[in-house]
Amino acid sequence: MISVSRIMAILKKEVRQLRRDRLTFGMIVGIPVGQLLLFGYAINTDVRDLRTAVSDQAASHLSRQYVAEIEQTQISKIVGYVDSADKLEDQLRRGVISIGIYIPADFDRRVLSAERAAVHVLVDGTDPTIFGVASQLRQLPITFDTTRSRTVTSNVEVRTFYNPERRTPVNIVPGLMGVILTMSMILFTAVAIVRERERGNLELLINTPVSSTELMVGKVIPYIVIGLLQLALILLLGNFLFDVPVRGSVPELYAASTLFIGANLALGLLISSAVKTQFQAMQITVFILIPSILLSGFMFPFDGMPPFAQGIGEVLPITHFIRLTRGIMLRDAQLFELWPDVLALAVFTLLAMIAAGLRFNKRLD
Amino acid sequence: MNDNLAIEARGLTKRFADLLAVDSLNLDVPKGRIYGFLGPNGSGKSTSIRMLCGLLTPSSGNAIVLGTKIPGDTSELKPQIGYMTQRFSLFGDLSVLENLQFMAQIYSFPKAQRAPRIDELLERYKLVEQRKQLAGTMSGGQRQRLALACAVLHRPALLLLDEPTSAVDPQSRRDFWANLFRLADAGTTILVSTHYMDEAERCHRIAILDHGAKVADGTPQQLREQTGMHVIEVQAEEPYAAQKAIAKLPEVASVTQLGIRLRVLIPEAIEDPLARVAAALAADKVSAEPVLSTPSLEDVFVAATLPGRDKAA
Repeated sequence: MISVSRIMAILKKEVRQLRRDRLTFGMIVGIPVGQLLLFGYAINTDVRDLRTAVSDQAASHLSRQYVAEIEQTQISKIVGYVDSADKLEDQLRRGVISIGIYIPADFDRRVLSAERAAVHVLVDGTDPTIFGVASQLRQLPITFDTTRSRTVTSNVEVRTFYNPERRTPVNIVPGLMGVILTMSMILFTAVAIVRERERGNLELLINTPVSSTELMVGKVIPYIVIGLLQLALILLLGNFLFDVPVRGSVPELYAASTLFIGANLALGLLISSAVKTQFQAMQITVFILIPSILLSGFMFPFDGMPPFAQGIGEVLPITHFIRLTRGIMLRDAQLFELWPDVLALAVFTLLAMIAAGLRFNKRLD
Repeated sequence: MNDNLAIEARGLTKRFADLLAVDSLNLDVPKGRIYGFLGPNGSGKSTSIRMLCGLLTPSSGNAIVLGTKIPGDTSELKPQIGYMTQRFSLFGDLSVLENLQFMAQIYSFPKAQRAPRIDELLERYKLVEQRKQLAGTMSGGQRQRLALACAVLHRPALLLLDEPTSAVDPQSRRDFWANLFRLADAGTTILVSTHYMDEAERCHRIAILDHGAKVADGTPQQLREQTGMHVIEVQAEEPYAAQKAIAKLPEVASVTQLGIRLRVLIPEAIEDPLARVAAALAADKVSAEPVLSTPSLEDVFVAATLPGRDKAA
């Protein structure tokens, strides 16, 4: 039987201890503020294979040749064909694609007349790097045949969605939320439990009627609240200092964040069950934090990474969280439209919880 | 199961990889008594206690503790046990009062009785003045009183104390034992491990552990009578020379120096032990006075933990 009053006892104790631990208390505010101010600029790099969908209304020999040439640039990787401009925008919002190419029905005529834009390139501007790369498509010549070559530079119109001013903070802040929550949530939980083991408290607690579930729930709840407070702090600062918008629904953003916090806490519990000292807990946290920064799409566009790095990225909860926050905050996407990432986070949390629970039980032995 | 026993262990064994920490321990602890575990560090005292409270699962063997089978589901047992760990294991960053309140909540102590019970414990264990002090900033003796107060808060039938006095001064130890006697008087069974002879002497019954095995078990009185050794005390001006002379005798089991005195243990089967020791001293021209003595608990301990000795039944 799980006793709520015992969980409350653990919870109250945890909050009291936290209040007296000035360093940790300071880090709750210090980590988000410090990092937010530190990360000024993102690092840009060459990007290839941006996921691209094509809406080819012309379906002419010329338009097919043009699409083939786009693919040959290796900037784009065509992942699908749709039949309308609306569907391109829809996929862009869901984060399925980074670039949409719209070829109007009178493509051939527009190329020849060179009066109006022959091609529309829709770009997800939430990541300025992607925009920079997509702009290269503008330089791509459109040729009828080998004898009569003609450049249609001016005829390709590139439109940026979601971040027309191409400001870096708009891209950085949603990702930074993920980095800050990863760092603080994993570290706080892992350390909170390992410290208890190091100080011998756990040996005492195990001998009381407290069950391991009650202990874990009681210890984790204060950190969920802390995580949500950190989130509010980042959103407010991001809005005041960098004018980062929240275009989507705030409750949905919080729902996604709660799930992500849950995933990190579960990971923290799992770490705490595997290490013996606080120092080891910190080492493992750093070990997870570095790929979380480099391979999650926070710093470098996810599409530009080699497949094995993408594979690692897909395993990290932060990768999915960043997709969710960029989707909700910048593209006004709804949570259900981003369901694959929600599912990934949920599965991760569940697996980590089960693993932590199993290991924690074993550790009582 | 004998109703008069709080703990009944049979063949309790714990193996950690290659290390045999506890080797088929049989133990009968009567209710309402103070039972001592005496043994050097690493003799398996802590491991035994941890198995008895369900913290460690035995590799083999079993026990019945307050009617609960071990190994097995110990959730019924935990509320009946008070446990004091070797290291101070309460929360250093909580005050005395907060620690007691926390334990009261964890043991689901009836709400209405919490405050009076905590006041009673603060009074009893002389912690009234420290009630607001953080536990981590207190002295060893104060911490130990707090740990005992927390362990008995829920009025457990069985107290398991793992070297409770290893970090406190002699006065605190005396007070601590006075508290234990009062608890035993009120019907609490106490299993306490120690490596202090004077503490072992105070127990109703003791078991001596050595390298994971029980090598002696009985009342202090019984153990003193059943060492199987002659004890000869030698007072010498040059104890070191005397020790060297006596150690030459092949029948001597052990020589221990206490200041200028030597305690010599010789197996009971040997006849005329006094004459043999005197002869050995004379042969080396050491002037010393050997006299027959009665075994102290320390002699019992030395005899019981001699290398190569067979395990007691």
